[in-house]
Amino acid sequence: MSTLTVSLSRGHVEILQFLRDRAAVVFTFLFPAMLLLLFGTIFGSDGEDGGAAASRIFTASMIAYGILTTAFVTMGSGLALDREDGTLKRLRGTPMPMVAYMIGKALLVLLLSVAETVLLLLVGVLVFDMPLPPAAHWLTFAWVFVLSVVVCSLLGVAVSAIVKNARSAGAILNVPVVALQFISGVFIYPVIQLPEWLQNVASIFPVRWVAQAFRSVFLPDAAKAQEIGGAWHLGQVAMVLGVWCVVGLALCLLTFRWSSRSK
Amino acid sequence: MEAIEVTGLRKTYGGRDAVAGVDLVVARGEIFSLLGPNGAGKTTTVEILEGHRRRDGGDVRVLGEDPGTAGGAWRSRIGIVLQDAEDAADLTVHEMVRHVAGFYPDARKPDEVIELVGLTAKRTSKIRTLSGGQRRRVDVALGIVGRPELLFLDEPTTGFDPEARRRFWDLIRTLAGDGTTILLTTHYLDEAEALADRLAVVAAGKIVATGTPATLGGRASAQAVVSWRDTGGTPRTERVDDPAELLGRLLADGTDLTTLTVTRPTLEDTYLSLIGATR
Repeated sequence: MSTLTVSLSRGHVEILQFLRDRAAVVFTFLFPAMLLLLFGTIFGSDGEDGGAAASRIFTASMIAYGILTTAFVTMGSGLALDREDGTLKRLRGTPMPMVAYMIGKALLVLLLSVAETVLLLLVGVLVFDMPLPPAAHWLTFAWVFVLSVVVCSLLGVAVSAIVKNARSAGAILNVPVVALQFISGVFIYPVIQLPEWLQNVASIFPVRWVAQAFRSVFLPDAAKAQEIGGAWHLGQVAMVLGVWCVVGLALCLLTFRWSSRSK
Repeated sequence: MEAIEVTGLRKTYGGRDAVAGVDLVVARGEIFSLLGPNGAGKTTTVEILEGHRRRDGGDVRVLGEDPGTAGGAWRSRIGIVLQDAEDAADLTVHEMVRHVAGFYPDARKPDEVIELVGLTAKRTSKIRTLSGGQRRRVDVALGIVGRPELLFLDEPTTGFDPEARRRFWDLIRTLAGDGTTILLTTHYLDEAEALADRLAVVAAGKIVATGTPATLGGRASAQAVVSWRDTGGTPRTERVDDPAELLGRLLADGTDLTTLTVTRPTLEDTYLSLIGATR
């Protein structure tokens, strides 16, 4: 069997198992869409800043949140669970190459992230009348999407190493996720109303940059006045995400363990 | 070439020797059983042989390779039956067996393996819905689907009912008959006695005795205990090296032999005295 065939087989099994776990489907998948519906409805067409309705801003930012939760939490809790229930131990005892396991997980995360993004876009377009961006913006969308899925997945793998057991994984992983949404312009917009030190903290982490990049895709250009520094800073987005890729990969390689037993 | 060759194996956890110099040779085609109390170092030893754990000292050769550095080709020649896995709960038996079969160059047919472990009726059931014993049989199926030359079985029949155990023993004998080498760790002495060609007792990180089930720890040369009732009905007991002479005498005396028993130490007696010595 080639590594490719085995990787696809891993991806198939990962997806099957995810879909059969209803709780996982509802929480990781529908939760961001529900938040978007709530935020969009509550704040409605508040503040037409730069010609962008609040619901439209939330749609853009919520895609960042959707990718973050699916990639980061699915990877983080998935690995913790695979360590605990013996999945990794079993695979380790077979000729399956390690890379096939990782590709399988990546396929699951990619599928979920795409589905999540489509779902959020549908809510934005159908419920909140958000116009789709011009064709040129989809290129930005594509590279931001790929980079952020990679960064969040790698960090999820890295963080799974400090999760002691799968039951607490959800709680532990959601702490950074929720905290970063608040300071990165997802739940509270614009970021510039936050104290400057908080803006600086947010700027260290990827979420602020991902959310900002997605807003650049979906909002009119004038909305950039609401961003830190009054511009979209796409070059910096690419750079920060690139650095986090390297950091995430290094952390994965340093912390990866096959088994959850401490001995 | 032997299937397993171990010399001076050591593993230390936090300054304590979990494995303190184990020497072990398992021949090809043999069913070899490791016995020992919990915490004796059995599982650690086996996990080092499986390539799941690093050793701190000693030489290990499994199918001619060092498990610490061996790669995928070596792993396709061994099979591991996990002791407490709960993975793949949402997959069906057939899905999981077929999936794992896909990792091996010369796998058995999934349905054949499912039949072999007696789960054909549960073929399309989710693994989550199986009983404990059925779940373990899935683990066995996954351990043998790759047609291993060497199979590791760690406490394989825990949670089996007596009938399932007997069927499982038959399966192990079938595999051994096909030339599979089997390393079996177990708590059940009757299981070791029924299956093993040779066995070793591990206590406190060391092997304290090796032998066949009949000869372990000097069992064969131990004195036999002969008990009977004499013509007056009084219970009598004698310990002798060879009961033949005594039995001949009793027969000649016309003693009623319906109450006669000849016993040697059971494997359990031998085992308990062996591990007792290290406590």
